[in-house]
Amino acid sequence: MSEEKNILLPNPSKLVVSSSPHLHKGNDVQKIMIHVIIALIPACLVGIYVFGWSAAQVLIITIISCVLIEAISLKLIGKSQNALKDGTAVLTGMLLAMNLSASTPWWVCVIGALLAIVLAKQLFGGLGYNPFNPALVARVGLLIGFPTFLTSWAPTKSMLSSTHIDAVTCATPLYQIPLTLKNGTTEILSYTNMDLFLGNIPGSLGETSALALLIGGLYLIVMKIVCWRIPAFFIGGVAVIAGIHHMIEPKTTLTITQHLFSGGLFIGAFFMATDMVTSPETKKGAIIFALGCAIVTYSIRVWGAYPEGVSFAILFMNAFTPLIDRLAANKPFGHIVTEN
Amino acid sequence: MIKKKAFSGGVHPHDGKELTNTKNIKIAPLMKEYAVSLSQHIGAPAKAIVKVGDTVLKGQKIAEANGFVSVPIHAPTSGTIISKNKKTSAGGRMEGGVDSVIGPTGALVPMLTISADGEDTPCNDLEPILSWQDCKPEDLKQRVLDAGIVGMGGAAFPTHVKLSPPPSQNIDTLVINASECEPYLSADHRQMLEDTKGIIEGILIIKSILGIQKVCIGIESNKPDAIKAMQEESRKHNIVVTALPTMYPQGSEKQLIYAITGRKVPMGKLPMETGCVVQNIGTAFAIYEAVVKGKPLYERITTITGSPIVNPSNWRLRVGTSLADALTLAEGVKNPDDIGKVILGGPMMGMAQFSLDVPIMKNTSGILLLNKQEVTLYTSGPCIRCGSCINVCPQSLMPSTMGVQIEKERFELAEETNIMNCIECGCCSYVCPSHRPLVQLFRRGKSEIQANNRKKKV
Repeated sequence: MSEEKNILLPNPSKLVVSSSPHLHKGNDVQKIMIHVIIALIPACLVGIYVFGWSAAQVLIITIISCVLIEAISLKLIGKSQNALKDGTAVLTGMLLAMNLSASTPWWVCVIGALLAIVLAKQLFGGLGYNPFNPALVARVGLLIGFPTFLTSWAPTKSMLSSTHIDAVTCATPLYQIPLTLKNGTTEILSYTNMDLFLGNIPGSLGETSALALLIGGLYLIVMKIVCWRIPAFFIGGVAVIAGIHHMIEPKTTLTITQHLFSGGLFIGAFFMATDMVTSPETKKGAIIFALGCAIVTYSIRVWGAYPEGVSFAILFMNAFTPLIDRLAANKPFGHIVTEN
Repeated sequence: MIKKKAFSGGVHPHDGKELTNTKNIKIAPLMKEYAVSLSQHIGAPAKAIVKVGDTVLKGQKIAEANGFVSVPIHAPTSGTIISKNKKTSAGGRMEGGVDSVIGPTGALVPMLTISADGEDTPCNDLEPILSWQDCKPEDLKQRVLDAGIVGMGGAAFPTHVKLSPPPSQNIDTLVINASECEPYLSADHRQMLEDTKGIIEGILIIKSILGIQKVCIGIESNKPDAIKAMQEESRKHNIVVTALPTMYPQGSEKQLIYAITGRKVPMGKLPMETGCVVQNIGTAFAIYEAVVKGKPLYERITTITGSPIVNPSNWRLRVGTSLADALTLAEGVKNPDDIGKVILGGPMMGMAQFSLDVPIMKNTSGILLLNKQEVTLYTSGPCIRCGSCINVCPQSLMPSTMGVQIEKERFELAEETNIMNCIECGCCSYVCPSHRPLVQLFRRGKSEIQANNRKKKV
């Protein structure tokens, strides 16, 4: 049949044979991580703008130590260094730094990286097997081990340039509140809601700007990297509980806005609680998880020993993830009919 | 009417249908040789009734059904049965005068090779039944069996079995599957435009075999011209055409029944439990030809497509045409060094081939070639529990969990996680960011569980 034209056929010995499906969406772990890193950039920039060069130093030191420690761990375990390419170490470093004060000494950053990569991740088997969010394990570890570094916040640049010229450290709004409330001051906060929203307040270098985190979080939702359920039910849950509590006891509690914007709620809800490995997989499970985070966060903030409870709440709920996954597992298509 | 969301989950890959969906079906010229597999259907392979050296006519029965779930096979043209596989036959791989050759699944299948005499002489064993309306359903069903008709959408389940529901089962709806949800394929689409009348008559025959009134044709909304053509023709016969959302796997039996009737097939049960019988559009046409023209099933419409193909096109191919011959019809490939995969069927559920000698079968809806870029070679990583697979699973299963269970060989746990409900559509593997071979794992798990259960029974 090939008289008229030179018809070429494939060479069977060079064909690829594999199981179906033969198409792939083209997404991979590395692309997901790059999107999350992009989403964190606005908050990092605000951190550097508000707290100055020292914030950038903390970021760089933490990221580099995380990547190096991951590389060394992989070498010691005998795994391929290809695992570095997935970008999870960079992301963990970034998230950890954003949870630290801009004034954190370099060696504390390195210890934090060790906790995150070795203790929380590689000892459990690496990516995909860690039950707890590595960055949060490191943050909480440091908070318990070095409370002074973790709770003495660097002042913002605007504070330094004004009257507080010789202030070296200061408390976060959430930390001030219980004290001022106990003293019976009517003026609860010296920060306006706008300061809280934009991030012009003391705190961890990446958590202060609710606006920047919101932009990043919405980017992740629009790009379909994370589902809206966890952030929405986490933040919404805190708002509802705080609103009800404030209605009942308006004098001794904070308003909804102060609760939403003054601590680590936004970074926690958009970037920590949504960590795929440590949060439930189903939609139903995500809602249970997020509401649990909201309740625990509020309880720690109001009745706990620490002024901020987001990290503890997420770690607490991480521990429940396998259980939630089991309870909230999808029912197969067509199951109802058989039960009847 | 157009439904917005028919079933939960599903994916929508680039469908590549534009390569062929405007191309008329061409009739393939006569080939020199046809390798006719005796195992073209689900169930026992047919039993050869001719031997090497025998001469056969076009449409002559060359193998008979071997049991209830089995169908006969017919010669695609007139000629002589030859043995291609001299080496293996000498080595004793010839059973009852039939070669055993590697088939599309990679397993050895009995195969009869016909060397065409070029005359294409028909045998006319099956008489045309022109006034089928006066026929008893039993006789029509017998004709469907005699013509060797199987489900032509992909599964190749013997059609006469599907048309014989137990008397206790109340059947009220015939669902015609014309969704053609597999990317790249347009064989059903073209057939609906070109064989509209025959398809409708086939549907009416099925309707009279089942003795029911309600018929629905489900077509994905990405084929508006086919929807229009079918609507115009079916209106006269009180047949409903439903436009379905373009979402893979819309053509899966359970998802289709749900989209059209709102009924859910109970877990572990057959679709007929919902009172529905599902038939493919190509099968309806084959039934029309078998009854009205007395023509057994020895040819079908196949889409030959993919970016490496010089002339992607739709063909009426005879069963037994080799892949090499079929690709030659489509004028071959642009660059033989840039071929990644040759797939029999669609890209989501088709089978990758390693030989071009593999023949077209009754259920070969397409031959798809992918170039090296389109074939992603990957190393799979650990599950990062993103939940994408759960969101796309049309059966609402937990693919991530099941994947880990099979990897750890915890088959009983996987059975509890409902792995047996997996329809192997491939949505989970398609979206997995860790490139986990989920479907492959599930196939292994399912066969291990089936083997274990069989052992338990014994």
